[in-house]
Amino acid sequence: MSVLIYNENWDGKFKKLSYELVSYAHAIAKLANTEVIALSIGDVAEDELKSLANYGASKIISVNNDKLKYLANKVYTGIIAEIAEKENADIIVMAHNNTGKALSPRLSVKLKAGLATTVNAIPESLTPFIVSKKVYTGKAFAKLKINSDRKILTLSQNSFGIKENKVDSTVENVSFEVNDADINFEVKDVNKITGKVLLNDAEIVVSGGRGMKAAENWGPIEELAEILGGATACSRPVSDEGWRPHSEHTGQTGKIIAPNLYFAFGISGAIQHVAGVSSSKCIVAVNKDEEAPIFESADYGIVGDALKVLPEFIEAVKKVKSE
Amino acid sequence: MKILICLSNVPDTTTKIRFVDENTKFDTNGVQWIINPWDELALTRAVELKEKNPAEIENITVATVGLQDSEATMRKALAVGADRAIRINAEAKDAYFVASQLAEVVKAEGFDVVLAGIESSDYNGNAVGSMLSELLDYPSVSSVSKFEIDGGQIVFNREIDGGSEVLNISAPVVAIVQKGIALEPRIPAMRGIMMARSKPLNVVEPVAVDALTEHVGFELPPAKAACKMVAEDNVAELVRLLHEEAKAF
Amino acid sequence: MNFEFTEEQLMIQQAARDFAQRELLDDVIERDHNAEFPTKHVKTMSELGFMGMMVSPEYDGGGMDTISYVLSMEEISKVDASCSVIMSVNNSLVCYGIEKFGTEEQKQKFLRPLARGEKIGAFLLSEPEAGSDATHQKTMAEDMGDHYLLNGTKNWITSANSASTYIVIAQTHPELKHKGINAILVDKNSPGVSLGPHEDKMGMRSSDTHSVMFTDVKVPKENRIGEDGFGFKFAMKTLEGGRIGIASQALGLASGALERSVQYSKERKAFGTEIMNHQVIAFKLADMAVKIENARNLCLKAAWLKDNGKPYGIVSAMAKQYAADIAMEVTTEAVQIHGGYGYVKEYHVERLMREAKLTQIYEGTSEVQKIVISRDLLR
Repeated sequence: MSVLIYNENWDGKFKKLSYELVSYAHAIAKLANTEVIALSIGDVAEDELKSLANYGASKIISVNNDKLKYLANKVYTGIIAEIAEKENADIIVMAHNNTGKALSPRLSVKLKAGLATTVNAIPESLTPFIVSKKVYTGKAFAKLKINSDRKILTLSQNSFGIKENKVDSTVENVSFEVNDADINFEVKDVNKITGKVLLNDAEIVVSGGRGMKAAENWGPIEELAEILGGATACSRPVSDEGWRPHSEHTGQTGKIIAPNLYFAFGISGAIQHVAGVSSSKCIVAVNKDEEAPIFESADYGIVGDALKVLPEFIEAVKKVKSE
Repeated sequence: MKILICLSNVPDTTTKIRFVDENTKFDTNGVQWIINPWDELALTRAVELKEKNPAEIENITVATVGLQDSEATMRKALAVGADRAIRINAEAKDAYFVASQLAEVVKAEGFDVVLAGIESSDYNGNAVGSMLSELLDYPSVSSVSKFEIDGGQIVFNREIDGGSEVLNISAPVVAIVQKGIALEPRIPAMRGIMMARSKPLNVVEPVAVDALTEHVGFELPPAKAACKMVAEDNVAELVRLLHEEAKAF
Repeated sequence: MNFEFTEEQLMIQQAARDFAQRELLDDVIERDHNAEFPTKHVKTMSELGFMGMMVSPEYDGGGMDTISYVLSMEEISKVDASCSVIMSVNNSLVCYGIEKFGTEEQKQKFLRPLARGEKIGAFLLSEPEAGSDATHQKTMAEDMGDHYLLNGTKNWITSANSASTYIVIAQTHPELKHKGINAILVDKNSPGVSLGPHEDKMGMRSSDTHSVMFTDVKVPKENRIGEDGFGFKFAMKTLEGGRIGIASQALGLASGALERSVQYSKERKAFGTEIMNHQVIAFKLADMAVKIENARNLCLKAAWLKDNGKPYGIVSAMAKQYAADIAMEVTTEAVQIHGGYGYVKEYHVERLMREAKLTQIYEGTSEVQKIVISRDLLR
């Protein structure tokens, strides 16, 4: 029995969500009286691998192969499955991100292990195994019971938090054979948005809606995001109009995010948008319509013109930051 | 090329979510059912591709695991442009169950590209498409935001953190698609609605499969505390609250 | 008695709703303000098959029933009555007129592009001195042997500029009075056709309305619809169906106004609670709902009668009169419920109120409808 986690890396580095994953797994492992084993696939330095031990991973397995540079769902799944068998893992946890979504269901079939995605807390019981997750796009919670011997979970970002739990650990390098035939796609091109903070990773997100009136008015939004070290986002009409790129659209059919702080400037707060940001720890709304639905989801609000409030807000934040 | 789109029947997004039977079942009373938005976008993309390359795409099939009341949404899919529909006569017990049923359909007929929406707006499982690919032992590409056919070559854009990869891949393949795959879901034209009358909707019986998970209870989120309002001319106060009270920055 | 819609009718209703909500809603206020013709949207309506919904597929139409048409008109009118009037004239007056009474040649030549929405149709009956009293047509279509010579002026013509095909009602044999009137298909681009300036209207401003002047316009004889002297009967018969379209439009204005009022009442707070919790508002909404339900039932019954080949002229007159009148009441009440917000363009209801007024006037005023109804009662 053990808890196995799959830790994705980005150019050889882990992110905050990696440590959150370990923290979460450690909490489960404690309940189950077992240990956390972390699996990494890719070229990650020993120091970086060992950092996982600070949060409770006692065994860190590293698999590296040049052919695994790009995510190949079938192959990665096969590796995780084999390690899971080897390490006798009955609970497997991944982050609920692009990779987690791609791999966890395949793994579920391969191991005949029931899957619960977007969980936001540790299971409320292990026998029977019941875990809570969001359903109806955030409008409700469900208690999901997993009946199989093995269980797979994907963890919602920023739902559990990072908890330090330094443990002794070993790093094991395992090699895997990968046949060219198994990688049955060809990467023609890679488009990267570099430089800015990624929306999914950002702890602070500054978002604008139609109340910002025009693409030209986005300067203050970008400025505020930069001062706070955050990312920029927008509501759907804004990306549909082409004022901002589609990658910034947060909402039911766009990105679902859960930053610590979410600013909604000139966003009315239609259900579809709120569904994408309702897990944010703190929502601040500025809208000139006091009846705007966003105020029902916000923690703090100002009834006013976003275009007027933003510059004043930026000045006030600069002042506080300089103190 | 034969394309299959897996459709899920979900409550309309403006439905008020309620539970009955001591919070163990979703209240279907008065609910309007629609095609899961991501599946609808997948269908739209397939129809667009068929219109652009009629020689390339032999036919478009849609499949759903559902009871008779899901046939209305299947006929809408036919009206939008699918050529045929298959309904597996069973309640969708869980993602594994659904994927297993769909796998039988694919194995029986053989499709080149299987499209599935990345999640359904009811259970947000994010599972059926990828599970199906594993059951079929097909390669899968997830987070697909673009699907092109370039001179017979299948090309997907797959979203990764901070960007996207453009992949060439061969059939058979399962693509789990998300926003971007089509701009807007297609509205059926009168012509399409009329043609749907004569398109085949076949019903098949399910195979015996045990679900791996089950919902044992539901609850609504706790009521939210009221929004703390700050005057428009007192922006500095809001900043102070965020910094000192909420400790948000 | 089956009051349920078929699956297909519901699908069509949903298609109309999705089209209206997703496409028309975005720029409807702007277009109304600028009196801008909805070119892009009419194209989409054509592609979706809304411009020739009930025309037989044999002539490139949608082949749908009148009930589907009522449901579609309602959904589109909730958002954009300008688009729905363009749709109604094209469907109920022009397409129907040609399909029901035209020759095979006329159908092939004129009906097909109209059904496809490639060409838009206009119906020219009203004149500066003949509105409700349509028997006194001054526009002349002189029988010149192998052609008609058209002279005169028509007023208040919807889609006068955007249309390519006109059905013109004109007098050929004045001595026969209304039995000497003909309905003639005229190409708008014929020499001698000129348009007056664009009318600056109270509502439905996105639809183009002009006077049309005919000066010695030559029209081929084969463009006449039906027998010589059939024109007045043609107009009356065609308007019977047109009433269903406009009644449905009025219904949509009312039901759109109610939907917005209900939403507003759930959000707006006054005297310590949402205004929906004040009985005065709740009762207003109830009254509006009852009127709309009645209007809808009249529209659907008229549609059902037409679809089943039964006489529908009286019920369609009732539908048109009632729906238009309650649309005026309901939209006015909607503005009242919205208070100050109801008076500004942003909240839509003021536009619905301006538009409702026209439904009481055109295609037969409410008073004319009452003439039709009472004459039938008092036979």
